[in-house]
Amino acid sequence: MTNYDLVVIGGGPAGLAAALSAWEQGVRSILILERDREPGGILNQCIHNGFGLHRFKEELTGPEYAGRFIELVRQTEIEIRTDTMVLELTRDRVLHAVSPSRGYETIQAGAVILAMGCRERTRGAISIPGARCSGIFTAGAAQRFLNMEGYMVGRRVVILGSGDIGLIMARRMTLEGAKVLACVELMPYSGGLTRNIVQCLRDFDIPLYLSHTVTDIRGKDRLEQVVVSRVDERRSPIPGTEMVFDCDTLLLSVGLLPENELSRQAGIAIDPRTNGPVVWENRECSIPGVFACGNVLHVHDLVDYVSAESEQAGLAAAAYLRGLRPAGQEIRLQNGNGVGYTVPQHFHRGAERLELFFRVRAVYKNAAIRIMDGETRIARFKREHMAPGEMETVQLPKVLLDRVKGDTLTVEIEEAAP
Amino acid sequence: MNYDVLIIGCGVTGAACAYQLARYDLRVGVLEASNDVANGTTKANSAIVHAGYDPLPGTKMARLNVLGTALMGPLCARLDVPYRNNGSLVLSLTEEDDGTLKALYERGLANGVPGLRLLSREETLALEPNLSPELRGALLAPSAGIVNPWELCYAMAETAVRNGAELMRSAPVTAVERLEGGWRLRTPKGDFSTRYVLNCAGTLSDRIAALAGDHSFRIKPAKGEYFLLDKAEGKRVEHVIFQCPSRLGKGVLVTPTVHGNLLVGPNAVPSDPEDTANSAAGMAFVRASALRSVPGINFRENIRNFAGVRANSDREDFIIEESAVAPGFFHLAGIRSPGLSAAPAIGLEAVELLRQAGLALKEKADFIDSRRRVRFHELSEQEKNRLIAEDPRWGRVICRCETVTEGEIAAALHSPIPPVSVNGVKRRVGAGMGRCQGGFCGPRVQEIIARELGLDPTQVLMDWEGTWVLCGETRKGDARQ
Repeated sequence: MTNYDLVVIGGGPAGLAAALSAWEQGVRSILILERDREPGGILNQCIHNGFGLHRFKEELTGPEYAGRFIELVRQTEIEIRTDTMVLELTRDRVLHAVSPSRGYETIQAGAVILAMGCRERTRGAISIPGARCSGIFTAGAAQRFLNMEGYMVGRRVVILGSGDIGLIMARRMTLEGAKVLACVELMPYSGGLTRNIVQCLRDFDIPLYLSHTVTDIRGKDRLEQVVVSRVDERRSPIPGTEMVFDCDTLLLSVGLLPENELSRQAGIAIDPRTNGPVVWENRECSIPGVFACGNVLHVHDLVDYVSAESEQAGLAAAAYLRGLRPAGQEIRLQNGNGVGYTVPQHFHRGAERLELFFRVRAVYKNAAIRIMDGETRIARFKREHMAPGEMETVQLPKVLLDRVKGDTLTVEIEEAAP
Repeated sequence: MNYDVLIIGCGVTGAACAYQLARYDLRVGVLEASNDVANGTTKANSAIVHAGYDPLPGTKMARLNVLGTALMGPLCARLDVPYRNNGSLVLSLTEEDDGTLKALYERGLANGVPGLRLLSREETLALEPNLSPELRGALLAPSAGIVNPWELCYAMAETAVRNGAELMRSAPVTAVERLEGGWRLRTPKGDFSTRYVLNCAGTLSDRIAALAGDHSFRIKPAKGEYFLLDKAEGKRVEHVIFQCPSRLGKGVLVTPTVHGNLLVGPNAVPSDPEDTANSAAGMAFVRASALRSVPGINFRENIRNFAGVRANSDREDFIIEESAVAPGFFHLAGIRSPGLSAAPAIGLEAVELLRQAGLALKEKADFIDSRRRVRFHELSEQEKNRLIAEDPRWGRVICRCETVTEGEIAAALHSPIPPVSVNGVKRRVGAGMGRCQGGFCGPRVQEIIARELGLDPTQVLMDWEGTWVLCGETRKGDARQ
């Protein structure tokens, strides 16, 4: 068994930023374990630009954004082991890992940062009816084939789901000469960023069918047709609205799920709303000394926010290793009207500040976010536009937090007067 | 004649016949229409080893089910096939069901099913706490179990091949000609002549019979649809949970799989022999029915739906006989449920039929009756490190959901019946069978298949012929060049 002060599981943007932040705080024994062949995570296949506008004030591609962090890590003595899969994490922070170069080994960590990212929801997760032919890919798998392996997955494409990866792939496939016939979204609004709707669909005249879904998949061997139907307000397909698309490829962009199998197995409490660990304001999980950040905690829209969150986790892990533990009574955060989840889920009374991330459950115009302490409003933030596809964030300074009397804060949406 | 026996079809029935015949000094060939074995009903069914109380006493079905189930455990141990003797429960949820349970119990006794017991509601709930509040009692069948059906088929087919049987894949029989003292079978892979034919062609076995001029039975395929749930739901039940067969059908079952998932299904709808599509109505029916017996199933944990086609026939019993109009042409047809359970016995039955028909059977002295497959995640730390030291590919996890390493995939690609597709690899080693359904490992598996089999990545199929995955390079070509 080897020992490290800090072991970071995952060498994507979250893991890299968390490790760097801990290093800057003086932690000197840091190991990053990455299961793929190189660090950078999913950014390595995101060759489009638009990364880093917040963080670096310039437009970078995914590999460039990752490259900046990888370069910073290389200037430290942080150890990165690629091709290394963590198979088990125990409550007392022992990791079991396997790699071609080092074999099967166990590692004792003083602190652990979970940064395993997320995976895509599949056809099975949404039980799409139809034939079991080839030609159905999650958008991310298709992206890997195109951008990392250099192969096309088809010529005539329908995309189900308007998540960001699907939108990006609509443009990417078009630029590679494929015909993208439609993007189909179950909900009455898009799940992706507005800028991606504009730049990836509208600029290429790709129709977006809101309140529609795929109701049949046809093809004996390779996909031949998909049937798309309009859905009612209960999301049930409406008979008689079927449209048939002749296509050889269906890309699925129907949501991302944090990858918490290791966390669950370790006994870490998981929030069913985020599918990520329940965390304190410092991103510490229910097991002391284990922190979580990035898409393993909740699915982000922008990598810039992942980096910022991960730095908080790195900072907190460093403090933990110095023996500093947040104290104070627990104050829970509760979802009120229109709020799908919050991260963190709870914080300590006396916290220096609180940065709250959450998603709304519907599209709102000219609404406000209210933070309620029982019947007392302690803060209100106006928003011109809010949508489930765009993560919301508010900052609560200490002066506001110190006014909280109860043990629960409610985050809710105040809708505009009709 | 080139062959003593040619077997048409390498599902679990054909493989069982090949395995038993490979024990003897015979020239045995297997013609499989698909590009892989186990590619029809064998890969898409309930994966249940039935106790044998369902078939009517006196039928071949009853005899071969009970015998096959008794043989299954030792066979799976010899050939390293995942099998678990977890027992089954048929639930009574209504007063009418109480009577059905009793009838099943009596029938089971008549069929020689060991250990059957009628349980009270309390006794049942003590075994399975997650059952319906309407539960009244259950029939416990301790000899029932679960098995990996396609690995059972691979194991028997591989053992046959290792002992000299010849397997031809992508070799559908297109014409059958009668010869003096035998038969000639035409396929795109060439013509083959043989003294005896075993027709194990599953849902297409009536078409094969018709090619030989035999129209004595018809296959009436019936599709069954399933949900396969994540391992998070795999401990919802311990036994195979059946509902009572009723006027509405045989009922939907809920069972753990040998891989640790939860399997829910099937319905029964008439279909084409090769129609494995899922329907919204079918899936809704299966879901609602399953919740009647196990109300807590969390279908949000579903990772895959699939459908399998049963080779039902227009006869009540299995059709295991020499054709009345085509001497030397034997049918092993209409092998519907409990065909998987009966398979080990059906192989022996086929040998017996051939013996009675005059085939001389001389046992080989050097028959290899064993098989081992390395499953990395099951090994001890020392064994893992020994393998990785020999070949570092054993330390590279390709499928993160099921912890399958490159070493296992490479070993499968150089096994006696190497897979030729991404799903072929999936069924051999489990890569892509987990919760991400190959989202992460699919491209890596594709690359490993291409490398190990010397193919261009665009030639690697998802599954059967025609299921292409990649259509060419991007404009800049291979990103890694």
